Amino acid sequence: MTNIFYTQDHEWIRLDGDVGTVGISNYAQEQLGDIVFVELPQPGTKIGQGEEIAVVESVKAASEIYAPVSGEIIDANNALEGAPVTVNEAAESDGWFFKIRLANTSELDGLMDAAAYKTFVEGLA
Amino acid sequence: MNRAKRQVLGIPVLDEAALHQTGQGFMADTIDAPLRYTPLHALHLALGAKMVPFAGYAMPVNYPAGILKEHLHTREQAGLFDVSHMGQAILSALPGIDIAAAFETLVPGAIAELNPGQMRYTTLLNAQGGILDDLMVTRPVRPEHQHQLFLVVNAGRKTEDFVHIETALAGKAILTRMEDRALLALQGPAAVTVLTRLVPEAAMLAFMHGRRFHIGGDELIIHRCGYTGEDGFEISVPANAAEVWAKRLLAEPEVAPIGLGARDSLRLEAGLCLYGHDIDETTTPIEANLLWSISKRRREGGGFPGSTIIQAQIKDGPKRLRVGIRPDGRAPAREGAEILDLNGNAIGHVTSGTFSPTLNAPIAMGYVNASSATDGTPVNLIVRGKPLAAHIAPMPFIPKRFHR
Repeated sequence: MTNIFYTQDHEWIRLDGDVGTVGISNYAQEQLGDIVFVELPQPGTKIGQGEEIAVVESVKAASEIYAPVSGEIIDANNALEGAPVTVNEAAESDGWFFKIRLANTSELDGLMDAAAYKTFVEGLA
Repeated sequence: MNRAKRQVLGIPVLDEAALHQTGQGFMADTIDAPLRYTPLHALHLALGAKMVPFAGYAMPVNYPAGILKEHLHTREQAGLFDVSHMGQAILSALPGIDIAAAFETLVPGAIAELNPGQMRYTTLLNAQGGILDDLMVTRPVRPEHQHQLFLVVNAGRKTEDFVHIETALAGKAILTRMEDRALLALQGPAAVTVLTRLVPEAAMLAFMHGRRFHIGGDELIIHRCGYTGEDGFEISVPANAAEVWAKRLLAEPEVAPIGLGARDSLRLEAGLCLYGHDIDETTTPIEANLLWSISKRRREGGGFPGSTIIQAQIKDGPKRLRVGIRPDGRAPAREGAEILDLNGNAIGHVTSGTFSPTLNAPIAMGYVNASSATDGTPVNLIVRGKPLAAHIAPMPFIPKRFHR
């Protein structure tokens, strides 16, 4: 049973019960290059699926991060503020951005599993 | 991750630069025209560069090392940049014409005083004193070339610049575009050590001087100058010898290939303008804080386009000024961000912004009302709808290490 899903905007969400941990994919960090700043959401923030919730900046540009699902932010990875390079080094583990309590688990049905995302990324090359 | 996806889909990383240039008189069919390749295109691909469209050319934005490492490598050792997309030309006077006097009718720089082999930074101006382009001008070394000037202009403006110069100096001078030449920039504290191994006499060049060298059958035009704030050289080589020379330089242990991404962060740390962003046809050299590029004789004597307007700005002070800006936190402010004073009044906007790898902090430049342009003035930058505390700061952001 898979518990990690990806969006077409290159976010990932890993499920643990009704809480999802969210970050950007390894492919996304490679495309962005050296990450120098992240702006994280405040716990308690309620957000809808697809809404802008965080920002990641490389030397050259800013990119928005969208909530892969609706819900309430319950935690943010504040360690990234002092060490944004963690996103480059471990995008899909230590480089997580925030945790969200899902409002509607059926929203996961519209996301890709790891195999589908791999195929999706190969199609972008 | 919307913008990351746009990059994935092939929209240029430096899209603002490309878009600006398409908005500056490029014809509609030119926007869709196939990208041009520099003579080093195959080498860029072999080195694993990420290529992006820039000023109509496919250019390397970074190599596998990435912008941060490329930037720091240039500051610590030496970086090799392909700037072959820039426009190189020789302007030759017709008989009886003084080439310096003729060119001074187009630019506010003192060209007449240039010694043989000396190079100068100046600006092509429109009738309002607005900047059509910024460029480098050199008086050749040899006595038989004293009717000529060597010009290097921006890639995104070269077509318009060359037509402008030809039209304005019709009957006085002939412009020869050097389209069969590539241009390499070797920048960094080790640049002189490296280049001396291949061109021993290059070390004799003083800063902002250049001359021709003949090495192994290739005619090189080497200037000691650059766009990074470091010591370095710009090396004009015949297109068919460009790859050989680039490989020779890259074979030196101090040298790494550097892309446009680091070129932008390096020049911004050095406080240098990027045409189409920090200066354009709506900004004068005085507003752009380039008064230093206009000599006393030319300030007083005028005789260049827009000289009345520029002389008035020198006398009375410009209404706005290009300044350096240091955001107080870690978040960068990008081009277009509005600048407010502490009372919430709009006083200007950011024209370039990035994260400085050397300072490990964000830096920016922009225009503000002259009354708010003093170093240390606190301001707010509007980033994603929220105020970001910042202050006006002196430029360059890092000490210049030009060779004197």
